Amino acid sequence: MADVPYDNALIAKRADETVESPARRALRRLWRRKGAVVGLVVVALFVAIAIFAPLISPYDPAAQSWTAVRKAPSWAHWLGTDDVGRDVLARVIFGARASLLAGVISVSIALAVGVPLGLISGYLGGWIDALLSRITDAMLAIPFLILAIALAAFLGPSLGNAMIAIGVTTTPIFVRLTRGQVMAVKVEDYIEAARAIGNPRWRIALFHILPNIMPALLVQATLSIAAAIIAEAALSFLGLGQQPPAPSWGSMLNSAQRFLTQAPWMAIWPGLAIFLTVLSFNLVGDGLRDALDPKER
Amino acid sequence: MLTFLAKRLLQLIPTVFFVSVLIFSLQQLLPGDPALIMAGEDRDPEVIEQIRKQYRLDQPIPVQYAYWMKGVLTGDLGESMRFKQPVLDLVLQKFPVTMQLAVMAFIIAISIGITAGIVSAVLKDTVWDYAANVFALWGLSTPNFWLGIMLIFLFSVQLGWLPPSGYVPLTEDWKQSLLTTIMPAFVLGNALAAVLMRHTRSAMLQALNSDYVRTARAKGLLERSVILKHAMRNALIPVITIGALDLGTLLSGAVLTEQIFTIPGFGKLIIDAVFNRDYAVVQGVVLITATTYIMLNLLADVLYVLVNPRLRA
Repeated sequence: MADVPYDNALIAKRADETVESPARRALRRLWRRKGAVVGLVVVALFVAIAIFAPLISPYDPAAQSWTAVRKAPSWAHWLGTDDVGRDVLARVIFGARASLLAGVISVSIALAVGVPLGLISGYLGGWIDALLSRITDAMLAIPFLILAIALAAFLGPSLGNAMIAIGVTTTPIFVRLTRGQVMAVKVEDYIEAARAIGNPRWRIALFHILPNIMPALLVQATLSIAAAIIAEAALSFLGLGQQPPAPSWGSMLNSAQRFLTQAPWMAIWPGLAIFLTVLSFNLVGDGLRDALDPKER
Repeated sequence: MLTFLAKRLLQLIPTVFFVSVLIFSLQQLLPGDPALIMAGEDRDPEVIEQIRKQYRLDQPIPVQYAYWMKGVLTGDLGESMRFKQPVLDLVLQKFPVTMQLAVMAFIIAISIGITAGIVSAVLKDTVWDYAANVFALWGLSTPNFWLGIMLIFLFSVQLGWLPPSGYVPLTEDWKQSLLTTIMPAFVLGNALAAVLMRHTRSAMLQALNSDYVRTARAKGLLERSVILKHAMRNALIPVITIGALDLGTLLSGAVLTEQIFTIPGFGKLIIDAVFNRDYAVVQGVVLITATTYIMLNLLADVLYVLVNPRLRA
């Protein structure tokens, strides 16, 4: 019998993989994806900008100056000024707060409502599942932005109401995703085993099913934050989100539209900020999806 | 096929019911007395009382819903307080404008998305593949209202090639109509092109790795024929249905696009109604959009069965 050559490095790598926790493995795989790493760095940068806005902003974002109306970018105003002489850079910096807050809070609302409903629907089945599924279908039948606009219109224009509107509109996505994941997981042997040793249903749902569907929820939450940031900007652009003079990237674009010929910089920077943030969340979401996919092992 | 259609139509009934409940419930979200809000600045008690009677706001909510639903089923979506016209008439006036925009956007999305998807799959891991993926990420991450503003800046303000806003109906002057709608249609179709590119790429990659494509190559067929006649035909089946499904989401995007390019369509109608507190119009537009979306869903399902012989039996 011929000798089988031993590859010690490969054996050590395999041994490492067997003891590696799933979260660690996912992080290692995420780290290998350049796009996702760049996305994470940009997201972290925008979060830092939003948190430290008062420290890094060169001007007060609401301070008007009639001597600096629609000034082109210069040393004094790096990104120029707007139609009432406010510094565009200061407003872009403070605008990050509204966008990121809207993204995170509205997706948190959707997770807080959607995941429990999806768990109940998928795990219990029966008439509750039928009822919740039909309501979810109905909500998904109304295009996302139209429902968000209608909700924001009836609730009244404000950033808080825009977040609620986006959150409610995003909820059915999480109900449907959680339900589908639960239905796939609940027939697994380890759930059967948990049931056989007498665990109550709520315990099985919370401690055995939920942790196993977390990767899918995490990916969807990241991509939903990107969609929510666009939705908030869209609602603020239409005048249904953040109200003036508070800065928001969407409302900055709204006023920029009227001065496109005289002051194009008013439109370029807030739009670029939305694009970069959304792109980064999408890159992280795509990276997470690949990193958490068991088929990619 | 008929049984499938009947079953699918039956499934629609509860969905449509819940959609109607949802849209009716929007009115309940109004803070305070809806009659007072509907009356606007006119605080005349007689007017308020008339509104209360006209909209049956003095009745219990289930009764109000029953009356509202009865109206909807007979084509009565209420009356616009601003235009003093039936909501259905207003919607029907605006619908062709938005449909023209949506169809043009759809054609643009298919042309760019499917071509880029095929090229990306066939030339996998080349510079073309990377370029197509970058395009898809760009399309998914660019807010269409920003893209619209930037295109106006480039093509209207800087180059002067296209009108920045306005709309000319196709029936009036088709050339001018195309000139006024090409930019908004591109803006609207951009994100859908990205979605279609991603789906086409993954479906084509799957098809190119399948046994029937291997067999076709083994028979010595030309590569072009293998790609176009064998792989593409099969790969496009799911893409077509996804495309039909996404036609509905274009209605959503039209709201912003019409606002930027001042196109008097469906989207502009709902935004104007929101700011004029014309709630019957908001409800009517949402209802018609949802119904159209549900019908497109049904069409996508039927198309899927029609083009997929394995599901026809």
